[in-house]
Amino acid sequence: MKGKKIIAKAYLWLVLLVLYAPIAFIVIFSFTEAKSLGNWTGISTQLYQNLFNGSMQNASGLMSAVKNTLLIALAASTMATLLGTVAAIGIYHLHGRKRGVMTFLNNIPMINPDIITGVSLFLLFVFLGISQGYLTVILAHITFCTPYVVLNVMPKLRQMNPNIYEAALDLGATPSQALRKVLVPALRPGMISGFILAFTMSLDDFAVTFFTRGTIGLDTLSTYIYADARKGGLTPELKPLMSIIFLIILVVLLAINIRQSKQQQTKS
Amino acid sequence: MAEKDDIIISLDHISKSFGDKKVLDDISLSIKRGEFVTFLGPSGCGKTTTLRLIAGFGKPDEGTVTMEGKVINDIPPYQRKLNTVFQRYALFPHLDVYDNVAFGLKLQKVPEAEIEKRVKKVLKLVSMSDYEDRDVESLSGGQQQRVAIARALINQPRVLLLDEPLAALDLKMRKDMQIELKEMHKKLGITFIYVTHDQEEALTLSDTIVVMNEGKIQQIGTPTDIYNEPVNAFVADFIGESNILKGRMIRDRRVAFIKHEFDCVDEGFGEDVKVDVVVRPEDIYFTNDPAKCQFKAKVNSCTFKGVHYEMWVDTDTGYELMIQDYDPYEVGSEVMLYIDPDDIQVMKKERLANTYAAKVVGEGKAEFLGTEFNCDTTGFAEGDEAVATIRFENVELLDYEKEADLTGNVVFILYMGNHYHLTIKTDNGENIWVDTNDIWDKGDFVGIKILPENIELTKPATGNEQKV
Repeated sequence: MKGKKIIAKAYLWLVLLVLYAPIAFIVIFSFTEAKSLGNWTGISTQLYQNLFNGSMQNASGLMSAVKNTLLIALAASTMATLLGTVAAIGIYHLHGRKRGVMTFLNNIPMINPDIITGVSLFLLFVFLGISQGYLTVILAHITFCTPYVVLNVMPKLRQMNPNIYEAALDLGATPSQALRKVLVPALRPGMISGFILAFTMSLDDFAVTFFTRGTIGLDTLSTYIYADARKGGLTPELKPLMSIIFLIILVVLLAINIRQSKQQQTKS
Repeated sequence: MAEKDDIIISLDHISKSFGDKKVLDDISLSIKRGEFVTFLGPSGCGKTTTLRLIAGFGKPDEGTVTMEGKVINDIPPYQRKLNTVFQRYALFPHLDVYDNVAFGLKLQKVPEAEIEKRVKKVLKLVSMSDYEDRDVESLSGGQQQRVAIARALINQPRVLLLDEPLAALDLKMRKDMQIELKEMHKKLGITFIYVTHDQEEALTLSDTIVVMNEGKIQQIGTPTDIYNEPVNAFVADFIGESNILKGRMIRDRRVAFIKHEFDCVDEGFGEDVKVDVVVRPEDIYFTNDPAKCQFKAKVNSCTFKGVHYEMWVDTDTGYELMIQDYDPYEVGSEVMLYIDPDDIQVMKKERLANTYAAKVVGEGKAEFLGTEFNCDTTGFAEGDEAVATIRFENVELLDYEKEADLTGNVVFILYMGNHYHLTIKTDNGENIWVDTNDIWDKGDFVGIKILPENIELTKPATGNEQKV
């Protein structure tokens, strides 16, 4: 009995180790000066200093990639949240087969490999004659982010008392007032989690961005790192940058989880 | 002007379908200012749909909704001078009690000081004064219901619509709320339109009850009218307990049922006409006086029900009747019974047999109910229109699909003293009425078989024959 427990625990830790070792590896090696990956030359914050005072090579290229990444993610996930919420409300009010078909159609883009999404969007933009750059990347990101928002808002719609929208109309709210004052607040948790998911999906994307960014030299973090790695080894300052990004995401996730469990406590 | 003003809402020949299903079929009624009107009926009868059309959630396919003399078919809900208390309350979960109640006034941009005054006043009316800052989800069902009522009342509607507002509460709470609603109605003097499937609630609360079934109004009347003088077997069965029996009007003021003759007070049915008879269980009396005795029976069962005893007796002519009395009679004992003429309610029979518009499709074959039947087609040519008549007792019900001509579900069961009268809805939505001694349950899936010799084809009366 006890042996079983130990094996189960050991297995759990092994899985966690495999999952987190690569990240831990990057974080640990961000605190050393060695140029080549895997060499340890003692603890140092030199790479962090380089990153922040701009003394690394091609610092401006990296900073604009970071800026682009954040701007694109913000624009795309904001639009996707709006579109996805409206779409979810629409799908929720369909009946029977129609609802099933729409939910299915919504799920396909999420399962579809990024590379196919990327290439097909590339062909579409070429076909439509839209010059590629910021706009096409943002449009592309909205395309693959929206289904995730729909997926996050739907459960909130199902939990909601279906009459509250009508109750608002009944009390004198116009449809748009009812949407803003009643429906959106009720769906807000789903919209926020949809937004965060869309944001991270956009942040993370490489394949779609690569095919839709055109030739104007637009780089996001992922395409920058890809190009950088191909040019002859990863710029060492990327290690602290990735560590920082990981830390930010960890903090955000923890904050959300703590908030949710607090809300559940006050309700029960 | 004064007379017209008396009617606040009227529905004129309203029909409404969802897909193929006709949920309201030619509904007409008028509601007086200040009245407490209840739409009563089983689920799916169209009562909630009617309420929603009045509230403005949906438009009738045909007919008009009129409020205070104006047709409001196209007026959106937020411009109608009425408010609704929804089933399961529909409070806004992200707002506290105060903001839920103040919602309507804030939309109207009423000054904050006045909002506060009115919220306090209306919360006092529903006895929720100390709950202003509470999260609505932390309230009990009854408290949420009070907040929902306050939220609807604060806009000072001329009409308050209530959609099964007490359905989610437990029995004790429901009884208390019924009394409070009735008092609120008296105090406010506005019109209440109430929807419920609970006949007791309807009888307790209403000035007027509108009994509905299958999208049609069955009867409109005061609670006492509806209880004492139901117009058909459905109403009699739905409201309270009753013995519903087949009868025959011998002449004015004389009716035969359970193979005995009784004096009654009903007139105008004609002589020797088939009717339905309703006798409430509390209206059958025991007697020791042979002169008073109208028929004899044997007590079959006796159950104590709190205030009274409920007994089932077998009459000397083979019928089963329910009787309620304050005194118990021993099971197995012979008793003498009588019924006052006043307490016999005679109703016109809605139909005497199943009749369907049919079409002769070949030698010995006719099509009706969406199915082809074998029957005697003597005197008809292929393609002729005809009327098929099948007596209630000649429809066979099977509990398997094989060998059945068509299938359907039992939607309504009426016990008629010595047999059951069932309403079967066929798969293509038509009704077949069946007399049977077998016991079926509501919702049962049944196979329906009609033997060729039991189908009688007749020529349509005129060009515009109708199925009854």
